[in-house]
Amino acid sequence: MASVASKLYSDDVSLLVLLLDTNPFFWDTTSTTFSQFLSHVLAFLNAVLGLNQLNQVVVIATGYSSCDYIYDSSLTSNVGSESRGSGMPALFGSLLEKLEDFIGRDEELAKEDEHVDKIAPSLLSGSLSMALCYIQRVFRSGHLHPQPRILCLQGSPDGPEQYVAVMNSIFSAQRLMVPIDSCYIGTQNSAFLQQASYITGGVHHAPKQLDGLFQFLTTIFATDLHTRRFVQLPKPVGVDFRASCFCHKKTIDMGYVCSVCLSIFCEHHKKCSTCGSVFGQSKLDGANASSSVNDRKRKAPDS
Amino acid sequence: MSNQRKRPNGGEREEDDEEDDAEGIGQWERAYVDDRSWEALQEDESGLLRPIDTSAIYHAQYRRRLRMLSAAAAGTRIQKGLIRYLYIVIDFSRAAAETDFRPSRMAIMAKHVEAFIREFFDQNPLSQIGLVSIKNGIAHTLTDLGGSPESHIQALMGKLEAAGDSSLQNALELVHEHLNQIPSYGHREVLILYSALSTSDPGDIMETIQKCKKSRLRCSVIGLSAEMFICKHLCQETGGLYSVAVDEVHLKDLLLEHAPPPPAIAEFAISNLIKMGFPQRAAEGSMAICSCHKEVKIGAGYTCPRCKARVCELPTECTICGLTLVSSPHLARSYHHLFPIAPFDEVPTLTSSNDPRRKLGKSCFGCQQSLLGAGNKPGPCVTCRKCKHYFCLDCDIYIHESLHNCPGCESIHRPKSVSLMEE
Ligand SMILES: [Zn+2]
Ligand SMILES: [Zn+2]
Ligand SMILES: [Zn+2]
Ligand SMILES: [Zn+2]
Ligand SMILES: [Zn+2]
Repeated sequence: MASVASKLYSDDVSLLVLLLDTNPFFWDTTSTTFSQFLSHVLAFLNAVLGLNQLNQVVVIATGYSSCDYIYDSSLTSNVGSESRGSGMPALFGSLLEKLEDFIGRDEELAKEDEHVDKIAPSLLSGSLSMALCYIQRVFRSGHLHPQPRILCLQGSPDGPEQYVAVMNSIFSAQRLMVPIDSCYIGTQNSAFLQQASYITGGVHHAPKQLDGLFQFLTTIFATDLHTRRFVQLPKPVGVDFRASCFCHKKTIDMGYVCSVCLSIFCEHHKKCSTCGSVFGQSKLDGANASSSVNDRKRKAPDS
Repeated sequence: MSNQRKRPNGGEREEDDEEDDAEGIGQWERAYVDDRSWEALQEDESGLLRPIDTSAIYHAQYRRRLRMLSAAAAGTRIQKGLIRYLYIVIDFSRAAAETDFRPSRMAIMAKHVEAFIREFFDQNPLSQIGLVSIKNGIAHTLTDLGGSPESHIQALMGKLEAAGDSSLQNALELVHEHLNQIPSYGHREVLILYSALSTSDPGDIMETIQKCKKSRLRCSVIGLSAEMFICKHLCQETGGLYSVAVDEVHLKDLLLEHAPPPPAIAEFAISNLIKMGFPQRAAEGSMAICSCHKEVKIGAGYTCPRCKARVCELPTECTICGLTLVSSPHLARSYHHLFPIAPFDEVPTLTSSNDPRRKLGKSCFGCQQSLLGAGNKPGPCVTCRKCKHYFCLDCDIYIHESLHNCPGCESIHRPKSVSLMEE
């Protein structure tokens, strides 16, 4: 990274960490195939790399049962192996190779699960954590480094059991002043991604259809942090602040909060399953305390 | 714990500034002596100054810190997220104009109270602060109890002048009146920054102290000049901390000690389950009539999930249906205390390179940095007990001190049935 003359690092040099949703259960349900989608994404990555010769791109795959680094433009070993004849530039030869490997492995792991819901979530918390570790390493490398940002290309629904981990990542990104951009291509809206972009000062956008994805990606998400000060990027059309309850991992907009540890529950309990405090009579709200409710002893989102 | 830290010569100290040089150095010198930044440099072969490679020492220090933290967490369950109602009383009597703290006690108090307010709300997202000042022997309410750091800081910075006597009793009476109205699950606390060496009261202060004790007001005092019996007595009676700041750095530390919730007050409050709503934020530039000011407002507000009324700010209570409205990220900020990740195990460096486990960990799972040290020998690294992935030392620190997630554990899909059994 630091091999190039340091003077060249102006404020518009970017490090883009792309979190690519490869969840097979999501891509089974879409009209656009994964390979069509991928061609938009690769063209976008090419465009980002072309904008500035010092720009750097890292791709992390967000799978259903695992996450892994797929591509890092700062590694020279990426070049070559054009023999695959896929028509893609040599630059992305290894990306496609690794991605194919990854999806194969990921699907293999997914098969081990007996029951799989309609659309299972992908492991956003894992890829976000990895991206932040990578960015932290770039910060360690010295004063001169590209300006990092994260882009989540996500289609799978939120995994409420990842709530605490995703929020932890968001706060760490906020502290590092790394914006998390998000492009949500699924059908529901994603409370995770809306909050992530809102809290870290990134851009959130949910294109209605995937045909013009390349245009969306280049006009919105290719803008470097310096340029963002001068251009009009989409403003958030509201932020979904719903949280996940610790008892059933449901997404809720109203719930009961333990005054001792702030754990969130979707229904009234007599005892907090996180910190063990026994609650006094609830004078608030007159909600009939469902006393028959089971004391589910769960250690909550420790995912 | 460290509440009885006193000024070494506190007892005899008079109010005259000329005698300040008890330790032989002035405030301005002390900063350099403490810092000793030049000692972190060394010369390399070519004679250039380089910072000493302290990463190994740094990591060892971090491991010690981590062990201490996890030991403390195992011993006492410190209850994060108590709902605290704290009044900060700042003594702006004429003693606050003294310049033994530079530029003045007043300015230094304001500066560090500002930092404290921000830290306090970070650590106690549902809590509220109110500000009271003492001037000319009278206590004034600067701000009412509220959850927005900015409004407190604004009010504090606008009132920076010192005059007259100080009155501890007047301040306590005022605060007592305010704090007597709060709900029973809240912890009532008073933090007094006292710069005067006397108090001129209209009545019997001992009675007031007993009244505070009865109402379970936990009163703490940070003195800026010397120890005073009445302050010490107040703190002892009400279960607070009493300390006297020696210098600016000490004052800052003493203040920040009050940011995490005090473990001792846990027994005072009734734990409760509070019904709360997590409102959606409306689109930028949308127009609506807010229920709190009854005005048409353009711009983002929040919508109560129960009655759909619009409010301007969080946290608040819905004016229509009375639901407590909070921003859920506010709560989530403290969840890493509830679900801390276990310290990683150090991997012994001497394991032979044909150890099968080592093949997995050629690079750090988090940041992809090579874990091979000089000469392709395995360098120092750590491993997570749960997911068995390897991490570099830098990621170890980052993961435990800032991220609070193990990237390896987060990258494994666990079906719900399995995670239920983990208990
Ligand atoms: Zn629940
Ligand atoms: Zn609790
Ligand atoms: Zn309401
Ligand atoms: Zn690492
Ligand atoms: Zn792990």
